[in-house]
Amino acid sequence: MADEPLVLGIETSCDETGVGVVRGTTLLADVVASSVDEHARYGGVVPEIASRAHLEAMVPTIERALARAGVAATDLDGIAVTAGPGLAGALLVGVSAAKAYAYALDKPLYGVNHLASHICVDQLEHGPLPEPTMALLVSGGHSSLLLAPDITTDVRPLGATIDDAAGEAFDKVARVLGLGFPGGPAIDREARRGDPAAIAFPRGLTGPRDAPFDFSFSGLKTAVARWVETQRRAGVDVPVADVAASFQEAVTDVLTRKAIRACRAEGVDHLMIGGGVAANTRLRAMAEERCAAAGITLRVPRPGLCTDNGAMVAALGAEMVARNRPPSPLDLPADSSLPVTEPLAPAGAAR
Amino acid sequence: MDTATPAVTVALYDADEDRVLAAVERVDARRHGELLMPAVDRVLTSAGRGLAQVDGLVAGTGPGPYTGLRVGLVTAAALGAARSLPVYGVCTLDGIAFAAGLDEPFVVATDARRKEVYWAGYTDAVTRVEGPAVDKPAEIAGRIAGRPVVGAGGALYPDAFPGARPDLPAYASAGALAAVAARRLAAGAEPEPPQPLYLRRPDAREPAGYKAVTPPPAEAVARR
Ligand SMILES: [Zn+2]
Repeated sequence: MADEPLVLGIETSCDETGVGVVRGTTLLADVVASSVDEHARYGGVVPEIASRAHLEAMVPTIERALARAGVAATDLDGIAVTAGPGLAGALLVGVSAAKAYAYALDKPLYGVNHLASHICVDQLEHGPLPEPTMALLVSGGHSSLLLAPDITTDVRPLGATIDDAAGEAFDKVARVLGLGFPGGPAIDREARRGDPAAIAFPRGLTGPRDAPFDFSFSGLKTAVARWVETQRRAGVDVPVADVAASFQEAVTDVLTRKAIRACRAEGVDHLMIGGGVAANTRLRAMAEERCAAAGITLRVPRPGLCTDNGAMVAALGAEMVARNRPPSPLDLPADSSLPVTEPLAPAGAAR
Repeated sequence: MDTATPAVTVALYDADEDRVLAAVERVDARRHGELLMPAVDRVLTSAGRGLAQVDGLVAGTGPGPYTGLRVGLVTAAALGAARSLPVYGVCTLDGIAFAAGLDEPFVVATDARRKEVYWAGYTDAVTRVEGPAVDKPAEIAGRIAGRPVVGAGGALYPDAFPGARPDLPAYASAGALAAVAARRLAAGAEPEPPQPLYLRRPDAREPAGYKAVTPPPAEAVARR
C-alpha cells in the first residue's frame, strides 16, 4: 500500500553495516556490507576494526540500498537506526549517519532497539506480528525470551542467559574443535554429518528448581572442551562431527524446550525466533517439530533476516511511524547497553 | 566541522568575505556524537541560513581519538550525500596551525592518549612540512627543540615541550578548518579526501594457540 510508511533503517551494532528500506511490512531493499572476514583471524569481532569498516561502508551502503529500493531519499517518511545495544564505537557511526540524513532531508529520526528489531523483522516475512508476541532471541550477544504486547513500546524479558550467549557458545566450541570463526555456520555444517545423540552433554538450568526461562551455556561449553581434551590426551581421534552435533543438540534442546514452556505459561499460541542463531538449521527443524507437536505456530524469518541487517531496523522504524511514536531528538546518544525494555531510545537529556 | 579533539566545533564560513558567520564550540571529549548535529543546527539557525545555502562541507580528518574522529567524518559524508554537496577533508592539525597564526617555524601537538601526541611541523600558519605523526613526547623533544608548540599536546607534556604555548588554541577550530579549505580550493589545490588519519593500526592480537580448559593431568605433564 502506497500510504504505508517508507522508512530507511541503519544497523551498525556489531560487524555488519546494514541498510534496509521498508514500506510498512514490505521489504524493498536489504544491503549488508560485512567486515566478518577481517575479524576471522582474531577469533572474534575486534571493535576498532568493525568501526573503521562501518565508516568506510556507511554512506555507500545507504546509497546502494536506496538505489536498490528504487526510491528517492526525499520520499522517505523516516530514518531509523540502531541506538543500542551493541559496540559503542560501531553504533556511533550508524547513529551519526542517521542523524545527518534525517537532518539533511528534514525527516523524523527513530533510534530503535536492536533486540526489538530482531523480532519486528518477521513482519517483513510473515506479516503483522500477533499481540502479544512471544520471541526467542538468540545471537552472539544475546539469548532471551521476550514477551512483547506492543513491539514499539512494551517488551518484557521473561528470561535471559546468566552467562554466555548461545552464539558465543557456538564460537567457543568451534574454537575448541578448530573450526574457525564465526562458529555458528561451521558447527551447523559439521553437525550435519554427526550423531546428535553420540555424547550426552549437559543441559544447563533445566532442573526443577532452576529459573524456568533463564539460560546458561557456559557449563556446556566447558563440558565440551573437557570431553574433547580428554580424548586428545588419550591419543584418540576426536569425532568432530559427533561433538558438533551433540553440542548443537544440547543448545537447541534447551532453547526450544524453554521457549515452548514460556508460550504455555503465558498462554501464547505462537513463537517467533530471531537473531543470528535462528539461522541454525537444527534449531529451525527442532523448533518446527516441537511447536507443531505443542500446537504452537512458529514464525522464523529466512536466515538472511535473522542475522544483523538494516531491514529489521527499518521494519521497526516503519512500525514507529505507523503508530505515531515520537521521533528521537538530534542529540540521541548511542547506548551500548540500551535495555531490551526500551524499543525506542529515549533522548540524551532524559538519561 | 571537527571532532578529532575534545572540542565539538562547527562553523559556517563565508569564503567571499573570509568571515565566520556563526560558530559553536563545546569541549566534551565523551559526547561528540550527541553534540555534533545539534551544533550544526544551531550554527545554521543563528546565521539565519539553511543547508540549502551551503556550498560545501569540510571535516577535520584528524589525527585524533578514533571514536570522536569518526563522528565528524561520517556526519559530513552523510550530509554531503543527502544534499549532493562536496565534502572535503582537512588535517585537524592544519586547522589548529591556521588558528594559531604564527609566522615562524612551530609545531602543533594534540593528545593521542597512551602517553603519546599527534603532531606536525609547520614553517608558518599554512605550510606543513613534517607529519602528521604519532610519537612519545620525549622521542621528538630533541627534534623540535626551540620551536613553539601549539595545541593541548604541548601543555600536557611541559617537560618535553618547554615551548608550549597555552595562550594559543588548544583544540580544533571549525572556522579555521573552513578557511584552510577555502584557501586551498581558491588556489586550485586538490582537496584531501574526507578520510580518517588514524596513524595507528587497530589494537588486535591474533589469539595464541588453543588454550586447554582443563589442566593436563600430572602424568601427562611428566610424559612430555
Ligand atoms: Zn543482532
